[in-house]
Amino acid sequence: MSISLINQSFNKAKEENRPALLTYTVAGDYTKKKSLEILKSISKYADICELGFPHNTPIADGGQIQTSAYRAIKNGIKINDVFSIVSKFKKIKKDKPIILMGYYNMIYQYNDEKFISKCKKSNVDGLIIVDLPYPENKNFAFKCKKKGINFIQLISPTTSKKRLKKIVKDSHDMIYYISMLSTTGGKLKVSPKNILKKYLEIKKLNKFKNVVIGFGITEKTINSLNKADGLVVGSRICSEISKSLKNRQNVVTNVTNVVKRLKNKII
Amino acid sequence: MKLKKNIPLIDQHDKYGFWGGKFGGSFIPETLKKPVEDLTIQFEKLRKDKKFIEKRDFYFKNYIGAPTSFIKLENLSNHLGGAQIWAKIVSEANGGAHKIYNATVHALICKAMGKKFIVGDTGAGYAGKMLSMAAKKFGLKCKIFMGAKDIQRQKPNCDAMRKNGAEIVPVYSGSQTLVDAVSECMRYWVSNCDNTHMCVGSTVGPNIFVKICGWSTSQISRELKIQLIEKFNTIPKKIKLVNCVGGGSSAYGFWSEFIDFEKKQIELIGVEAGGPKKSKLHAAPLSKGAKLGILHGAAAYCCQNNEGQINETESISAGLDYPSVSPIHCFLKDTKRARYTYATDEDALNAYKMVTNFENLNPSLEPCHAFAEAIKIAPELSKETLIIVNSCGDAQKDRDILKKRLRR
Repeated sequence: MSISLINQSFNKAKEENRPALLTYTVAGDYTKKKSLEILKSISKYADICELGFPHNTPIADGGQIQTSAYRAIKNGIKINDVFSIVSKFKKIKKDKPIILMGYYNMIYQYNDEKFISKCKKSNVDGLIIVDLPYPENKNFAFKCKKKGINFIQLISPTTSKKRLKKIVKDSHDMIYYISMLSTTGGKLKVSPKNILKKYLEIKKLNKFKNVVIGFGITEKTINSLNKADGLVVGSRICSEISKSLKNRQNVVTNVTNVVKRLKNKII
Repeated sequence: MKLKKNIPLIDQHDKYGFWGGKFGGSFIPETLKKPVEDLTIQFEKLRKDKKFIEKRDFYFKNYIGAPTSFIKLENLSNHLGGAQIWAKIVSEANGGAHKIYNATVHALICKAMGKKFIVGDTGAGYAGKMLSMAAKKFGLKCKIFMGAKDIQRQKPNCDAMRKNGAEIVPVYSGSQTLVDAVSECMRYWVSNCDNTHMCVGSTVGPNIFVKICGWSTSQISRELKIQLIEKFNTIPKKIKLVNCVGGGSSAYGFWSEFIDFEKKQIELIGVEAGGPKKSKLHAAPLSKGAKLGILHGAAAYCCQNNEGQINETESISAGLDYPSVSPIHCFLKDTKRARYTYATDEDALNAYKMVTNFENLNPSLEPCHAFAEAIKIAPELSKETLIIVNSCGDAQKDRDILKKRLRR
């Protein structure tokens, strides 16, 4: 079996003795065209790009990502536009993994099978569905696997040991560890030591799974967690888009600089 | 899809929490899995615990004021001709609406779980007001999430919440109504679930919240059943139970004891908010044929667009202004046990005028939707038919809207 692009990216980062950098931006933020430009530009520094398909009732997102999502929806983003952004991106950067992230209702309305097929066709590498937890997602995850798409399981500080074992066992190449009890964009309220403790618990169950840490990661905190396989930055990027728009500055340049700075902190 | 007999509807779900195989469930972020599981275990334990039931009944009687009265609306019946119109005056309950049942039970559960903080959402402000009352009564710190638009239009209830020492957190995102309040409340719970208990204000949300709320409001129909037998020595042959439906907590509470009866004997009629006559917007997912969707952790019929974005809703009644509805009402709809229709803002206002003209009763705009349907169907029905309306809220909170729309 060939190694997934996601695993290849982790391997490459490991060879360079650093965590992989994962970025999160919202498709269509602040326009369809600009979100593709942002994606292309930040992918110079990011190892894996998460792309959100925005929902107008995001129950687990904080203010920054909500603002990005509402902005994208207001500018007319549709689910098929999200796929076309991925396709266009992949034509230029075929080796850069793309993970789509969002809420289940949008997939459900699109139809599970149709959505997964469309992911395959657009060269999506992985999927994160915020409100489709384990074990309810088993069937869906299985369908993804059959099409060669990584279904990424989430683990949080509240996940029990028993549950943790089962989730890790059924997970694909990558696992997402939520650093703290928070929506996205919250201030990191747990010490890096404690976060890494839980992280190691997951790694101990299966060291071959790549575990990334997300929530509360900024320029300030990223270095303290650099022992992880990967680190995800989302709200920090979304708020940079908002700020640049407000100050009428070049969004693509500013966001790229943020990602570049983040990368520099972990090499 | 079939209803079972002799099992409460709230318990007729599968192991993943779905009613009829597709309504409900628990579509929640991973972080909430554990707190929801803890709550589920605790609730199942408590509802079997005699002492807890005694405690519930004690507070229902001595704090809420059970039973609420069941009366005939003689003047209205005579005016309309046809069926007899009766009302269960649930608005007599402490605080002025049925929301007190759920709030009291959640406060008791919160205490039993050793948590000191309780948070909740509110639309009309009743769920918030009652939760703030119960929190005060049981010594809990309380935060209420409420859409900024609702804070403006339901001021009396906001004043009450503040008086009870609760903090009102205004929600400015989206349409600034109930849907956004519930989202923000869930976000808060995601961040604070280690020391905070969440109360969902209706029979919506993840499976366990539907169950707790339905278990609490079912007090209404337990009382009604006894009252019917007291008045008629039997359950009469032709009854129509008419109730407004937003999330559906009062309707479920009003119907739960009667679901096992034949439809021919006891018809269940749910009335949703049709919104302004001239507007395309509404809050009537059941009666206007909305598609199944996932909102706030549950699969249910939901006002949404083709992409799955949740639609804005519009209704004069903040308590019904919600794009989705309880999964158990979806189940009752698809099994055809209940019939759902809607009343417009104008219908509700006209019903308010008529009811208050003929009766010494002041129903809020939510039950006025139910009265509108009762008024519509009564003239065509026989004298032996009983239409019973759940008058589940008091109009004091609506005084500003009524003043503006009816100049009174």
